[in-house]
Amino acid sequence: MAGKKAIVPETEYLIIGNSAGGIAAAEAIREVDREGAIAIVSEEPYLAYSRPLISEHLAGERSLDSMLLRSPDFYERNKIEALLGTGVARVDFDHKLVELEDGRRLAWRKLLLATGGAPIVPKLKGSHRKGVFTFTTLEDAEKIREAVNPQHKAVVIGGGLIGVSLAGALVHRGVAVAMVELMDRVLSTALDAEASHMVEEALRRKQIEIVLGQTVKEIVGRPADGGRVGGVILKDGRTIACDAVVFAIGVAPRTELAAGSTVAVNRGIVVDRHMATSCRGVYACGDAAEAYDFIHKTNRLIPVWPNAVAGGRVAGYNMAGRPTRYEGSTGMNALNCFGLSAVAAGLVEPKGDPTCEVLATSSAANGAYRRIVLRNNRIVGMVFVGDIERSGIVFGLMKDGINVRRFKEAILSPGFGLAALPDDLRRKRLSLPNSQLSEARGNEE
Amino acid sequence: MRPVYVREEVCMGCGLCEVYCALAHSISQDPIKAFKRERPRPVARIRVERTDGLFLPLQCRHCPDSPCVYACLTGAMYKDPDSGAVAVDPDKCSGCWTCIMVCPCGAITRDADMGIVAKCDLCPGRDVPACVANCPNEALAWAEDGAGVDLTEPAATAGGRTRGW
Repeated sequence: MAGKKAIVPETEYLIIGNSAGGIAAAEAIREVDREGAIAIVSEEPYLAYSRPLISEHLAGERSLDSMLLRSPDFYERNKIEALLGTGVARVDFDHKLVELEDGRRLAWRKLLLATGGAPIVPKLKGSHRKGVFTFTTLEDAEKIREAVNPQHKAVVIGGGLIGVSLAGALVHRGVAVAMVELMDRVLSTALDAEASHMVEEALRRKQIEIVLGQTVKEIVGRPADGGRVGGVILKDGRTIACDAVVFAIGVAPRTELAAGSTVAVNRGIVVDRHMATSCRGVYACGDAAEAYDFIHKTNRLIPVWPNAVAGGRVAGYNMAGRPTRYEGSTGMNALNCFGLSAVAAGLVEPKGDPTCEVLATSSAANGAYRRIVLRNNRIVGMVFVGDIERSGIVFGLMKDGINVRRFKEAILSPGFGLAALPDDLRRKRLSLPNSQLSEARGNEE
Repeated sequence: MRPVYVREEVCMGCGLCEVYCALAHSISQDPIKAFKRERPRPVARIRVERTDGLFLPLQCRHCPDSPCVYACLTGAMYKDPDSGAVAVDPDKCSGCWTCIMVCPCGAITRDADMGIVAKCDLCPGRDVPACVANCPNEALAWAEDGAGVDLTEPAATAGGRTRGW
């Protein structure tokens, strides 16, 4: 190793991935270790940007400048070497080396795999044609923007969060949209059926055509130009003429760097409660990793932004020598779809699980809908549509595993807030000392 | 960090804190203009919750370990490195509501006209936040020195170092 060190530059911390998890980890490392050398590698050439904002970029409402996660001097200020625009060719986990695609080599002591996910593109006849896209990066958004115009129609394959935000952006650009979803409703993993139908209504009001229970069997060319997209053929034989097709089915963890190594990979990279992989000194987080879910009580893939940040921070602290346990997270999504606000987290659709109790209420007057899923009087799932402002209180109760038997009905009432919580709980939330008044009101759990 | 503290036994639920908060965050700073004519409408970042026997004025607690900052999808929500206050950059906020989903106090509000979130900013530029300064019943308190009011202490002990208690 001594000989290698003389030739190959060495960094204390190497982070592969310059997005949510990677940036969170770098900041956590710097909280603990002001000096140790940090390098961040990314195949994307840009400063870290907000990936969820690519839909606003496509809609024409946001330039890269206003998508940056941190100020442009972030890397310099934190003494981070940013190796952007070059991918990692391979990692030598035994000798703690990486080789970049541009040929450079770098030695490391601690490594974070924050490699994210890659869009799922099913093997489909005709998917090589011009006008077929995915939608997870800024570059994807730019390619779509250049290819479409208001005379066009696009078929979005997938009615998940990426598909819904993409459809919104295309409508903003004046492009007609048909959304093809395999399940019988949109956002079937994020929301329960009732909330899904509310989102479908919002999409249809914007003239988005929603085709449910269908898949695209083939992408066909134009009659005059077979190289370009002219339409899709659905499983049931129907055809939809279109000028562009975008795959928005979801993302698969990017684990290719760990292939054949001592880093254990299941569906994603396997990590413990410290975000450490099975290989000493190597950590993983974000869409690439299977981290702990406090509702399902097991490790699983949860490819959402806040979890990448939470896992990245824990990885960073541990890499820098501050032992920190990942408290876990769960599936959670907030959306603002053409003015319809919705928030959902945890197990939203228990599908006949006899141990679960579902409480729900909806108000036709203001279009508000609320649902909580309970198990043994503890919240395991929540959906809020319309009036969402107090949803975080419920999320907190769910996260902390609080027994809500005493006030569960109140959670559904429109006026629900911290004041509806028992005194002891409320004061804990507010970090207030227990007062004589609260003692008088009683603190029975 | 010094959030505004609540003395809930004393709050009478008048809602003036909401009015003065919205006014303090208006462009005109004039009550008639602000509430009748201003667009976007000024938004209160404090709300008084009312139940049987309890009034609770509530705004951002400026948590030391802020779930909203870590959940923010765009980098809009941040902790001010000098004051420790949690603040939102309105140009970067996209109104995705992820911060609202994770705020354990439900203290973040939607600004409907702007399509982004609004939250307590502790009134930068004022000596005392508008809600505290205008509370007729001294139910809201603001630690003047900013140095570690121990919230686990009984209120009587903390009283010597705070305004309004």
